[in-house]
Amino acid sequence: MLLITCPHCGARPEIEFRYGGEAHVARPADPATLDDAAWAEFLYMRSNPKGWHAERWRHEHGCGRFFNAIRHTVSDRIVVTYRAGEARPDLATIPGLDTP
Amino acid sequence: MTGAFRTTTGGRIDRARPLSFRFDGRAFTGCAGDTLASALLANGVHLAGRSFKYHRPRGILAAGAEEPNALVGIDRGPGRYAPNLRATQVEIHDGLVAESQNRTPSLRFDIAALADFAAPLIPAGFYYKTFMQPAGWWAKLYEPRIRAAAGLGRAPRGADPDRYTQRYAHCETLVVGAGPAGIAAARAAAARGDRVILCDEQAEPGGSLLAETRARIDGLCAQDWLAAALAELAAEPRVTILPRTTAFGYFAQNFVALAERVTDHLAVPDPNLPRERLWQVRAREVVLATGAIERPLVFPENDRPGIMLADSARTYLARYGVKPGCRALVLAAHDDAYGAALDLAAAGMEIALIVDPRPAADGELPRRAMAAGLPVRMSATVVGTRGRLRVHEAHVGTIGADGGVRGVDVVSCDTLLMSGGWTPSVHLHSQARGKLAFRADLQAFVPGATPQACRSVGACAGEFGLQAALGPATRVEDDPVREGGFAGALPHDRPRARAFVDFQNDVTAKDLTLALREGFRSIEHVKRYTTNGMATDQGKTSNINALAIVAAASGRAIPEVGLTSFRQPYTPVTFGAFAGTSRGELFDPVRTTPIHGWAVAQGAIFEDVGQWKRAHHFPRPGEDMHAAVRRECAAVRARAGIFDASTLGKIEVVGRDAAEFLERLYVNSWKKLEPGRCRYGILLNEAGFVIDDGVIGRLAPDRFHVTTTTGGAARVLSMMEDYVQTEWPDLQIWLTSTTEQWAVIAVQGPKAREILAPLTEGIDLSRDAFAHMAVREGRVAGVPARLFRVSFTGELGFEVNVPAGQGRAVWEAIWEQARRHDAVAYGTETMHVLRAEKGYIIVGQETDGTVVPDDLGLGWAIGKGKRDFVGKRSLSRPDIAAPGRKQLVGLLSADPGHVLDEGAQIVAMRDPPPGTPALGHVTSSYWSATLGRSIALALVADGRARHGQTLFAPMPGGAVPVAVTGPVFHDPEGRSLDG
Repeated sequence: MLLITCPHCGARPEIEFRYGGEAHVARPADPATLDDAAWAEFLYMRSNPKGWHAERWRHEHGCGRFFNAIRHTVSDRIVVTYRAGEARPDLATIPGLDTP
Repeated sequence: MTGAFRTTTGGRIDRARPLSFRFDGRAFTGCAGDTLASALLANGVHLAGRSFKYHRPRGILAAGAEEPNALVGIDRGPGRYAPNLRATQVEIHDGLVAESQNRTPSLRFDIAALADFAAPLIPAGFYYKTFMQPAGWWAKLYEPRIRAAAGLGRAPRGADPDRYTQRYAHCETLVVGAGPAGIAAARAAAARGDRVILCDEQAEPGGSLLAETRARIDGLCAQDWLAAALAELAAEPRVTILPRTTAFGYFAQNFVALAERVTDHLAVPDPNLPRERLWQVRAREVVLATGAIERPLVFPENDRPGIMLADSARTYLARYGVKPGCRALVLAAHDDAYGAALDLAAAGMEIALIVDPRPAADGELPRRAMAAGLPVRMSATVVGTRGRLRVHEAHVGTIGADGGVRGVDVVSCDTLLMSGGWTPSVHLHSQARGKLAFRADLQAFVPGATPQACRSVGACAGEFGLQAALGPATRVEDDPVREGGFAGALPHDRPRARAFVDFQNDVTAKDLTLALREGFRSIEHVKRYTTNGMATDQGKTSNINALAIVAAASGRAIPEVGLTSFRQPYTPVTFGAFAGTSRGELFDPVRTTPIHGWAVAQGAIFEDVGQWKRAHHFPRPGEDMHAAVRRECAAVRARAGIFDASTLGKIEVVGRDAAEFLERLYVNSWKKLEPGRCRYGILLNEAGFVIDDGVIGRLAPDRFHVTTTTGGAARVLSMMEDYVQTEWPDLQIWLTSTTEQWAVIAVQGPKAREILAPLTEGIDLSRDAFAHMAVREGRVAGVPARLFRVSFTGELGFEVNVPAGQGRAVWEAIWEQARRHDAVAYGTETMHVLRAEKGYIIVGQETDGTVVPDDLGLGWAIGKGKRDFVGKRSLSRPDIAAPGRKQLVGLLSADPGHVLDEGAQIVAMRDPPPGTPALGHVTSSYWSATLGRSIALALVADGRARHGQTLFAPMPGGAVPVAVTGPVFHDPEGRSLDG
């Protein structure tokens, strides 16, 4: 079981959280202006990397807040979590990202 | 005397405490401290099991967790039968009842051993090759017969009466394995002041020290040193020593799962103790000191009872005071086998011959053996054995310079001890996602880099010897270096002979080379095709030999072939340990409404809806479900019924931007909804598909009472939170789940107003003052209430929301009034029938995640002129705007008495040819008491254009003709809504 650090509550066991998919996929401000391909891109296309992944979690059985995490999809290591709305951290500035 | 093969002194068993036990019905005596295996060996019993495929007689091979052969069932009484336990790990106690497995009628005579004679006909992949045709026979004939013949132990019957508990623990250092390396690591960690957990799978901590006979540590014999070290650790308050505890799973972030067997070894367990305890440990550092497993040698007929691992035989002597036989032949590809021969000879066992496949062995132990006069033959191997239930002779040949084997000398023996060296137990390191490195000198994989705070020490790291395990600060004397090791199959000149690699799954060296000849290259495929390493022992003794055979046969190096994955659990863990207390009533939380007790008292039959218990119908004496539902339906339409709708999901949406928020989320328009009015809301996902629905009432400009489906409450709240927090954080709103704050009592039927009138204060119930789809606040039965005028039946209806704590009282007050009008209490089945008569959908029944509002005929609900809402953009995607989509219709079967099956497919032809795509399917189907006939709802392609057509529902008894109609069967004009 992973330990996940909620930016509001601190480290908590994984069972308190719910996964929320890729982070920084913003809903288009005016979907009506998008063509079908662009809308389908928003609906269905995700990056699905083997490596570091910015993703959403919700501390559902805690504070209830959504937040973002940078997790390695092979090792499950989470190097940083940050509040919803904050910019994605520059991976180059995070130490230890060269190893999974 | 506790067995003819028991020595008079030595070992850690207590000869003064004899224990009686039964094996296959026969009474035996062992000693306190015995395992079932050591006690059987003390009584001269080697034959302990039958192999999985060929039912060959098998003996005790090992002395620990790696044992592949001696699997037993332990019977501790009704519901307490545990199959497939390793006799080497079962501690005996007075009255223990054990039985062998996989044999009929007895272990000595097993009828299924006929399979052994047919062995040439059933090579690897036999099942895949043989049971192909005819296809239909697989399910009917082949699989049931194979299933009956396969399997090891029998599953226990009845519920498990034992108790299992679970604990979480945190420590700085978790040490797995309490052998010399583990004890050294635990002492070092304790000296640092760490919280230490030291676990070991055996009854006694100590590992190899428990059977160490030569070495002296800090001037003490190994057992005395061990006792002192353990006493020192036990005195440390921050050290927890857990014997009988297997670390079976290593997960991310140093999370390790331990299974502690608490009471199985006790004749009369304390009833306050659980049988097992599952520990979930989070450690800052994990030290793996899991030791190594001795490797069997692969030679023809190497599987007879009496053929054992050499160091296991030595362990039985040193630790349990048991001689494995009278006359042993030792097949030594590693120096440790010489040590075993020396110890056994010293105990009075005859060593017939030490056969060493190596050209020379000049280590300390071989030299001592030769000096002691033990007969040794180098460059030789065993090419065959004889003996049905116990080995009685071995055939020894000479390995020539060309690698061929010549000449056969017959050596009589009742025990054959073998050693191919040691395989480090890297299971947990590998589970921790550590890398493995191959060491050619050991013919074994050792731990490499690991991504976790985890290190391997001692034999599991390939560092053998006590000095390496204990570290330089501890003085070790007389622990000579032992060398050697062999992986793969030994040479022989008998092409038809079987040399077993995986004893438990009966995989031979020939099976592996056959798999290669048939084109399997990946070791993972070879494993699955031959089943090598797939038994309950997971190949602990066989994987490296199999790998070496595959490498040699395919001309690759072992590291090129690679390893199969090490998976949890290291040894099998009971389901009870995983379940812990989550069983019976605690398996899953049960949610009940405030009115539940009343329904129970009325004799309601309940159904599970998610975690909720809901009253399904209220049968009267002599009524079956159908009769009860017919009566309830008729009563609601004619007079009235009351219904517990408390499970409805409820969310209070409050704040300046509440209307704007709902406007963006739901398809409907909300901004112009006046306070005091309600609207039927439909919620889509961004892909445009209906995911929830419910009535939403506006109580004030900034306050909405949102209802959701029973199953959707948590999902909808989470979705709302998602949008509020991440997409529209500028909106000022607050969301509160109020599902369990309100009891909801639906009063439906022409008499509904008359039932509520005497109880209602502060609300004018009249038609003009309180219209359909309105909401009022006042009091009902003296309790503050939100009263909705809504209908899910098509009748005049109210839903009374009162604080849950007063729900039962208000329900009973309403029930008092209802009885005066001869109204009924009704359950979910009647609710379903009545709504279906009106064509009202249920999300999840009429929808399946691919249905848009227009498919359901609900396009009218979409707010006109709304530029955006969740899912709107998707409604104009080409596939959703395209013609031919499935649409909600009603179906009337030609035979009005025939109630269609829900899920039945709908086609255009009576007897469509195979492969004809269905036009749709039945989503809901009931007997309608109101109409006196069956009705059904269905999703059918172009359904609205098919009204009046006859379609067919193909059923096993022949196609059922159905007429397509609109989905509203009853009161299409809605005249009943006003009562």
